[in-house]
Amino acid sequence: MTTVLGLYNYWVVIFLMMVGFYIVIAHGNMVKKVVGLNIFQTSVFILYISVGKVRDGAAPILDDTVTVYSNPLPHVLILTAIVVGVATTALALALIVRIRESYGSIEEEDIHRQDESL
Amino acid sequence: MITANLPALQVVIPLLAAPLSLVLRRPGLAWLFTLLISIITLFVSLELLRQVLSGGVISYAMGGWEPPWGIEYRVDTVNAFVLLIVSIIGAVVMLSAGESVAREVPEDKQPLFYTAYLLCLTGLLGIAITGDAFNLFVFLEISSLSSYIMISLGQDRRSLTAAFQYLIMGTIGATFILIGVGLLYMMTGTLNMHDLSQRLPAIMETRTVHSAFAFLTVGISIKLALFPLHLWLPNAYTYAPSVATAFLAATATKVAVYVLLRFVFTVFGVEFAFEMMPLGEILMLLALLAIFSGSTVAIFQDNIKRMMAYSSVAQIGYMILGISFATVTGLTAGILHLFNHAMMKGALFLALGCIVYRIGGNVRLDDFRGLGKTMPWTMAAVVAGGLSLIGVPLTVGFVSKWYLVLAALEQGWWPIAVMVLVGSLLAVVYIWKLVEAAYFQAPKEGASGAEAPLSLLIPTWLLIGASVYFGIDTDLTVSVAQIAAQSLLEVRP
Amino acid sequence: MRDLFAIVMLFGIYSLLSAGFFVSMDAVDVALTEAAVGAGITTVLMLGTLALTARTEKRKGHGPLLPLLVVIVTGAALIYATLDMPYFADPDAPAHQHVAPRYIQESGTEIGIPNIVTSVLASYRGFDTLGEVVVIFAAGLGVLILLGVAGDRRHDASPSTMQHHLVLRVITKSLIPLILLYALYIQFHGDYGPGGGFQAGVIFAAAFILYSIIYGLNSAERIISPAVLRFLMAAGVLIFSGTGVAALLLGGNYLDYDFLAHDPVHGQHVGILLVEFGVGVTVTAVMISVFFNFSGRSNARQETGKQ
Repeated sequence: MTTVLGLYNYWVVIFLMMVGFYIVIAHGNMVKKVVGLNIFQTSVFILYISVGKVRDGAAPILDDTVTVYSNPLPHVLILTAIVVGVATTALALALIVRIRESYGSIEEEDIHRQDESL
Repeated sequence: MITANLPALQVVIPLLAAPLSLVLRRPGLAWLFTLLISIITLFVSLELLRQVLSGGVISYAMGGWEPPWGIEYRVDTVNAFVLLIVSIIGAVVMLSAGESVAREVPEDKQPLFYTAYLLCLTGLLGIAITGDAFNLFVFLEISSLSSYIMISLGQDRRSLTAAFQYLIMGTIGATFILIGVGLLYMMTGTLNMHDLSQRLPAIMETRTVHSAFAFLTVGISIKLALFPLHLWLPNAYTYAPSVATAFLAATATKVAVYVLLRFVFTVFGVEFAFEMMPLGEILMLLALLAIFSGSTVAIFQDNIKRMMAYSSVAQIGYMILGISFATVTGLTAGILHLFNHAMMKGALFLALGCIVYRIGGNVRLDDFRGLGKTMPWTMAAVVAGGLSLIGVPLTVGFVSKWYLVLAALEQGWWPIAVMVLVGSLLAVVYIWKLVEAAYFQAPKEGASGAEAPLSLLIPTWLLIGASVYFGIDTDLTVSVAQIAAQSLLEVRP
Repeated sequence: MRDLFAIVMLFGIYSLLSAGFFVSMDAVDVALTEAAVGAGITTVLMLGTLALTARTEKRKGHGPLLPLLVVIVTGAALIYATLDMPYFADPDAPAHQHVAPRYIQESGTEIGIPNIVTSVLASYRGFDTLGEVVVIFAAGLGVLILLGVAGDRRHDASPSTMQHHLVLRVITKSLIPLILLYALYIQFHGDYGPGGGFQAGVIFAAAFILYSIIYGLNSAERIISPAVLRFLMAAGVLIFSGTGVAALLLGGNYLDYDFLAHDPVHGQHVGILLVEFGVGVTVTAVMISVFFNFSGRSNARQETGKQ
């Protein structure tokens, strides 16, 4: 039982991750894929930040009144990962806009149909 | 001072050059600048390899903070070799870029193309040289984003969808790698690869580490286009500008193979990866599938760039096959093929670039008719590259296949050796299609009939020359590959 | 759910909620970044994309069996992984041993700023942050290439301004200086509290984006032109990497700030200041540039549509 209580937060996050992952691979609409990708990535971030938490710890800003700090390293990594994620998203969305201009649609099936007719 | 900081400079020089190139508005100037930077980068790689071969592993602490608290650049024979491959291709392909890019990319976007090229070079070099797992992720994304950008500059609108598909798959792969690295950190408290290799043996048995291994290998496999995760590759190579295809085809997947080697052998270790986890069997199976499906599908392609792309999928299969043996000979074959394939495919795609330059748009089998007469030098390059793909003696392709067969026979695996030879036969079929069209058929009516300009031919022939030279005088490449293979298998204390 | 607008909004809420979660996990810097970058910028860009593409999804044809299978396998692998993981918030977990304690214990003396995350981000692992800035630069470059409209865009009036709304105009004019000031505060106070270059850059950009939304793209571009933005994008990266080169020239390793001043701790302060400034400049320029490119595309489309 303690196993479940100790790990349930990880499982919730994993569920969120899988929702995002599913959206990316199952849907044909490109914007939805990008949203799914973001949900997937954000959930990964949540997983790692929860790893950094130390019981009764405080935010890692040096202060004389604090004895226990939460781990700053995951914070740094996830900060970087968030920024990388938004960079990828911006690029993906720009591609979607151009695809829409060229093909008139952002649904994968429509695009496949148009390409095959060539 | 320069020699001491060489590892940092390897990445910092192109990194500084990229934003600087944004200032240069004229395409010709941007091209010359990029060429200069890529040549300087090449010299740095040569020097690094020389240092490593004579002095052993180089360790460099970024920011002056000793690892694992700071980020470490760690150069040994394996990645010095990979750095060299990337910078050779980076410089030689850039030679042809001046004319090729001018033809294929809209004029106002040309200088920006060169910035993206420099960024990609930075990213790939950064991946190869770093000793920190998270730093690897960051530079992986740098190279990936700039690849997506370069691909999307292709003339055909399908380059956009190709870039998007690559983006989605590539980001999933990168996120898997991030998950893997995070799981490892969770269990060891460190991100430094050397440090991880010291700390993992104690917790080898845990399910978390097994899972981390799985996520890392799947993520890396997406990036190296291992069957069946190769789906992004054919479109990306086909519709990108010729310079981008030549550069990416010869470097990006090789660097991904290096990342696989680094994680599997250095971080996790041979015993874990091949004895506790069934990596050898899975890789071997997927590699063989890649060789057969890649070569077979290539035979039926009408678009020649796409044919070569599927051929690349097959060639990656050969590399992975060698690695899956986990013996010195097998690894030597795999690492050797990293270099050899870069030479061959780089040359072939540059030659295709010559043809695109004259014919424009998508090159079909039809367009090859009579090319033997109208573009003799280009076609000769295609034939030479094709012979190398097949594995004819006196070419680099032969050397890699030789070691691969040797490695298979060492283990007593006759069927595998036979399958490697059958793969070569399949390559004969699609190369013959090209040769037949070029030399035994008359040109189409209305086909333009001029040879490609020197600036495109020279780099092509430089790489063809390399693939013949290193096919005859194999000492240098084979010895480096062997040292690298040995270091990978003996690292475990 | 096929209304994409609703989906994007829900995603924005998810992002904001995760930022709140980060705060409760003591990850204040991350929360600030997620709120600004994740909930803010990403949502804005997605809405911009929707404006340029379509608002609803079409019915999909293929079945969900294979993706479902892949997702189940992946999820199972992750849950399998958690079974041997240390329990949540366990202070003895391996993640908190070995590397992290030195940051917590020594950064006060070695670097001398209270925000440990900034110490690690800008100094100990500064090279990663340089990589991150290059990633942002790449994204800015990419959007410039994909959506940049060449040539003269000085039309007489942008079709979409909201200038005629008096209330919006007044509020915008009073808010923008406050936003800019807040951004500067975040930039330079990042050593002492949550904040730093990324968050500050995004907030700074937000002020310009707000102006652009209300007063139109042309007016905004007259204040800060695409050419200036291009220059700033590059300048930030050069400032950051240049600081590293300076350290090299002064005798240290690349990005070793100890050598930047007469005493190492001072050097660290100088280095972090410069580096964070470089980050702020590039992030601001890229965010504004990306937004301008998306808007510009919309304007260009409407212009040609009219003709």
